[in-house]
Amino acid sequence: MDVGMITKAILILGGVGFILGAVLAIASRIFHVEVDLKVEFIRGVLPGANCGACGYPGCDGLAEAIAKGEALPSACVAGGTEVAKQVAAVMGIEVKEPKVAKKALVRCGGGKGEVSHRYVYDGELDCQMAQQVSRGPSLCSYGCLGLGSCVVACPFGAIIMGEDELPHINWKKCRGCGVCVDACPRGIIALVPENQEIHVLCRSHDKGKAVRSVCKKGCIGCKACEKVCEFDAVHIVDNLAVIDHEKCTNCKKCLEKCPTGCISNLIITHHLHK
Amino acid sequence: MVKRFNYQGGFILAGVFGKLKTLKKGMMFPDKYDFLKSQLGKKPIEEASLSEEVVIPLSQHIGAPCKPLVEVKQRVLVGQKIGDSNGFVSAPVHSSVSGEIKAIEPRLIFTGDKVLSVIIAPDGKQEVAGFNGLSEEEIVCPDKVRAVVRESGIVGLGGAAFPTHVKLTPPKDKPVKDVIVNGCECEPFIAGDHRNMLENAESIIDGLRIILQTIGAEKGYIAIETNKIDALHHISNLVSSEKNIKVVPLNAKYPQGAEKQLIQVVLGREVPSGCIPCEVGALVQNVGTTIAISKAIREGKPLFERVLSVTGSGINEPKNLRVKIGTSVSHLIKECGGFKGEPGKVVFGGPMTGFALFDLSVPVVKGTSGIVVFKKGTASISDPRGCIRCGRCVQVCPINIMPNFIGQYVEAGMIDNAESSGVMDCIECGVCAYVCPAQRPLIQFMRYAKSKIVANRKKGGK
Repeated sequence: MDVGMITKAILILGGVGFILGAVLAIASRIFHVEVDLKVEFIRGVLPGANCGACGYPGCDGLAEAIAKGEALPSACVAGGTEVAKQVAAVMGIEVKEPKVAKKALVRCGGGKGEVSHRYVYDGELDCQMAQQVSRGPSLCSYGCLGLGSCVVACPFGAIIMGEDELPHINWKKCRGCGVCVDACPRGIIALVPENQEIHVLCRSHDKGKAVRSVCKKGCIGCKACEKVCEFDAVHIVDNLAVIDHEKCTNCKKCLEKCPTGCISNLIITHHLHK
Repeated sequence: MVKRFNYQGGFILAGVFGKLKTLKKGMMFPDKYDFLKSQLGKKPIEEASLSEEVVIPLSQHIGAPCKPLVEVKQRVLVGQKIGDSNGFVSAPVHSSVSGEIKAIEPRLIFTGDKVLSVIIAPDGKQEVAGFNGLSEEEIVCPDKVRAVVRESGIVGLGGAAFPTHVKLTPPKDKPVKDVIVNGCECEPFIAGDHRNMLENAESIIDGLRIILQTIGAEKGYIAIETNKIDALHHISNLVSSEKNIKVVPLNAKYPQGAEKQLIQVVLGREVPSGCIPCEVGALVQNVGTTIAISKAIREGKPLFERVLSVTGSGINEPKNLRVKIGTSVSHLIKECGGFKGEPGKVVFGGPMTGFALFDLSVPVVKGTSGIVVFKKGTASISDPRGCIRCGRCVQVCPINIMPNFIGQYVEAGMIDNAESSGVMDCIECGVCAYVCPAQRPLIQFMRYAKSKIVANRKKGGK
């Protein structure tokens, strides 16, 4: 091949590239748009999962709102105190002492082997879709369906499906954004304060006998916890034990009394592991 | 005889040459289904026997659930009111048997919910509470007719169970001019409406007259598909002297019996998206409802029994039965000779829009049009694959939405796009899923999108 031809090609293509580059450079100067650098910085600090827990359309929307002063630096739910501090540094303001972070909790203990099914569900693997076929295959009409809509919904990969067919939430990864709370058609997942150790892992409002007949781990409303509690923190409301987190001192007395084991200490259960 | 032959032949010829009205889209079922349906249409309605226990749910209709008016161990009579509510969109329920009330507790119904029900042990005497119909002078008063219709607990017997007195109270600024009696029964297998049209035709026409008078409508239509040629002929003969009632023969097609589709076919007016039929000045009533209205007004008889078909490939003797509300499905299957072979699927309602049952103890309610049992093997378990973009669902969809795209939007979690594609107008007739060669669960996708959109709207409302 001719050397001259190659040089010619390089010269022509190089020349065209140079001219276009110059035009673009001039254009970018002439048509320059003022960008608030704060937005860029804040956007860089935010987690970038676009979970929507703050109520703004994604992390970009929140960054703009913070820069304009419409939202507080601590508005990012998923980011927690770390992100709030960094955002506040960008904005040049102080953040108040943070509240206790909230984490997602699966309030059902009726996994594989605990709850039986009333029919074989053969459709799409999505809890909401199973729920609309005769209100779900599980005999307990309050418990987990175990098809993992929350696993798919979690933007931080904090939920995995365990072998017991219950979702397990890794609290180290969970940022408390609440996307899984909305994804669950039965409202089993809730956001709870991180420092609260004792929880009732059941949502069934059925009477004790009915609960016993479908699930080994359900709350039967026997009031043993209510009687043993010294701080008036546990009450049976509509056949279900409810713990008042303001009054609870994590003394674990109710935990020992509970005959079905539906009151759980999270430090020792699977929810904190992995 | 010769004249009659020509008459029938006329309908058939008109159908063949496309003179009859019919749905533009939708679909026709294979001939074998039509054969089963016409076979069942030849069997007269039989009285079903009483079961040992009658379970009457207190919420059998769209609207506010009823509160029990009776107590445990009380004796009730046939037609006695046992539940009522104060809501306008609601209908009372009546006892279908005479006997003692065993319990009032939540029981499983066909949707899978547990609903507060009155459980009665029939004593077999069937003592009737005194009924009084309206006199000729009172029938002219619309308010009295509406009150009797509400008191008799009449709801739409086609399947949706919408309280009828609400339908008979159109808004004042939107007068209803045309009333259509829906005798299409376009679902395959079932033939209860067909038999009703043959055996209770006088009541249908009488009920239609009462409706026309009550709401001040001008014209009544009775829409019947040509696959029920005997019913078409029978009713045509009966109304030949009536000036303002017309029989409309239609070519058979599914889902022609859906309310908005029927208005479009018969009157040529399209009900706008998200509106009710009175928007275009029309009202549709099922033939069963029309009979119930006539019986309630003339005899004062409340709605405590209905005609339904127990049929399908998995049943020994398919029958049309007059069933007391609250009879369990398992009793009706026994009544029809039990299962033929091993049952594969029991569907509560018509085979296209019904609910598959997992428990045969559920009771028959006011909106039950049939029970269809499929043999094991004939009920296929779907094996969904990806959309192959053949567009068959778009060709058949009666409301002109694109189920293929909506299904893909739902799979991708794009609910907003599904909403803008018109998923809220879906009538869940099931033709898209029926024709899909990739066996995609399109109706499940549609329902999913609808439930998500409704949840989002509620959230936004707060």
